[in-house]
Amino acid sequence: MSEPNATAKTSAALLQSRRNALRSYLGAYGFMAPAGVLVIIFFLIPVAIVLYLSVTNLASSNFTSNLAKMEFVGLKNYETLLNDQFARKIFFNTIFYVLVTLSLFNVTLALIVSLLTTHIDRSAGFLFRALWILPRITSPVVYILIWKRMTAEAPFGILNQFNEFLGQPTYNYLSTNPWVFVVVVNGFIGVSFGMIIFTSAIESIPKDLLNASLVDGSSRLQRIRYVILPLIRWPLLFVVTYQTLSLLTSFVEIQLLTDGGPGLYRTEVWSLTAYHRALSNYFGNAQWGYGSAFAVLLVMIGVVLAVIYMRVFRFDELIAEPRVEAL
Amino acid sequence: MEIRIDNLTKKFGDVVGVEDLTLHIDDGEFVAFLGPSGCGKTTTLLTLAGIYKPTEGLIRFGDRVVNTVQPKDRNIGMVFQSYALYPHMTIFQNIAYPLKLKKAPKNVQNEQVRQVANVMGIGELLDRRPGQLSGGQQQRVALGRALVKEPDVLLFDEPLSNLDARLRLTMRGEIKHLQKNLGITSIYVTHDQVEAMTMADRIAVMNLGQLQAFDAPDELYDRPKTRFVAGFVGNPPMNFLDVDVSQSNGGFVAAADSIQLPVGNERGEPPAGYDGSVVMGIRPEDITIADDGDVNGEIFVVEPLGREDLIDARVGPHSFILLADTEKQHRAGERVALKFDMTQAQFFDPQTERSLLWN
Repeated sequence: MSEPNATAKTSAALLQSRRNALRSYLGAYGFMAPAGVLVIIFFLIPVAIVLYLSVTNLASSNFTSNLAKMEFVGLKNYETLLNDQFARKIFFNTIFYVLVTLSLFNVTLALIVSLLTTHIDRSAGFLFRALWILPRITSPVVYILIWKRMTAEAPFGILNQFNEFLGQPTYNYLSTNPWVFVVVVNGFIGVSFGMIIFTSAIESIPKDLLNASLVDGSSRLQRIRYVILPLIRWPLLFVVTYQTLSLLTSFVEIQLLTDGGPGLYRTEVWSLTAYHRALSNYFGNAQWGYGSAFAVLLVMIGVVLAVIYMRVFRFDELIAEPRVEAL
Repeated sequence: MEIRIDNLTKKFGDVVGVEDLTLHIDDGEFVAFLGPSGCGKTTTLLTLAGIYKPTEGLIRFGDRVVNTVQPKDRNIGMVFQSYALYPHMTIFQNIAYPLKLKKAPKNVQNEQVRQVANVMGIGELLDRRPGQLSGGQQQRVALGRALVKEPDVLLFDEPLSNLDARLRLTMRGEIKHLQKNLGITSIYVTHDQVEAMTMADRIAVMNLGQLQAFDAPDELYDRPKTRFVAGFVGNPPMNFLDVDVSQSNGGFVAAADSIQLPVGNERGEPPAGYDGSVVMGIRPEDITIADDGDVNGEIFVVEPLGREDLIDARVGPHSFILLADTEKQHRAGERVALKFDMTQAQFFDPQTERSLLWN
């Protein structure tokens, strides 16, 4: 009489505990769901589509309402890409653009601006940084228009008006020095990201530590070298990593400023090529499949670089285990 | 190194940190700046360190005016409440940092760091990082770093506040011992009057940016010049009571409601001359529970401290803190007679809060 009753009780308890486990399981996934859905819809699915497109011959020239006509071509697009006489030039353009912009502006100038504006009067520093945010929050079209007007041929551009004023020859800058302006225009925006990160990192160094260094006998420059820079190592590595990846994929400003020109691909970068091939080719001839192959390679380069950065900078070692013991 | 501060004022915009401070510190002296938070003691210390520039006034180290001298050119050592160790450096590198900035040769650095570390008892921790040490160990490292460059002046900014009570007691003794041995002029900022009393040769009591008193600990305790000093120095704090002092039967009497306390001529005469009531101060140890006490009251609460009982006794509307022998086993609600040792009573002007006895 009591035996089956006990079994029923046990199984009821078991069921209850399973229900609880399920509930907490669903709870956790429930909270993750909104972000998860967004990642799936706006990242994973597009990536899958692009991956698939890159192995098809889909282009506006063979595009009909009958999607079945889209042919699977295997790695043909990648083969074409490797044999593309301009791919090599564009590849090195990209490396040049990323390296120079990153090293001169996004990291170095950002660091200099942060250090300067944290060593002067607080409100002046704040104002200066606020001004430098403007390029980032201005619409790229407006921002690039400003630069185009600045660099325009005499007598319109401000730079050339200075040249005339000083009795110097005038230039069509975007044709004579396109790279200088591609780098400067992007760098000007790029600085503000590192500037914000570095400034907040510097400001969060305890005041006692900064005072201690001065009392210990350092000059302000020595304090930057021996105390401030080592203490903002993590943000520094983060900015290098993040900005490399974001420069690799940025093309809007270049498209608006030079559109990869002048001439054949003088300032064309990889992500701009992907766009040009897939969406904005000559005579409306959009090679969606071929363009996707460019995009896929860019993603792969980005992933590889991210992994390398994480290994080289040893992000995991930046957190040390404490070994506190009693006195 | 003799330090002379003359009419020092430091303002931050409209906010006054320190106002018109004049203080002369002798060579080798251990001086404590004592006061509640926001009293200007740390501001003064950082101005001495050269982190802040004085708004007005002169600071002299020996004969040299150091108002605009950079911290690095002052040869000072400083210990912070937060220890302020460089987290990215090992303990060795932390202590060696001042020597490295002086461009001392590597072997000299090595030797001096080890010597200081051994004195501080942290010799075996040199390859650790600050995050791997306990608070007490970190404070020793901070002290070692301050001492390693053989400074002319040592500045302490509440160095023991973050330590637990037992460790604080040990470090208090060690710092005092070290300071006396090395004979380095030292300034020690604290809000803990026990620390100031036990360690300092002289104490500068500050409140609201102003110097209240600058005297030896005993002097501050026995002859406080202001009511603030009387109330801040001493634990448990002094009892205060508004009284009228008048002449009676050839002596003086301090009276408040039912309380009538006879005062000797020496202490009774100055307050008696004051028009109106004055503030009387009496320390807990100068009130005893005795059968022949002058004032009848009731025990409100008893707080056992182990060695003695802290008793809050009420007489009408007035409350008195006093200390009593634990063996007497006083209980709350008990009716007692209180005896006041009026030879120790202090009297203050209620308006200016200055002592009527010691000015």
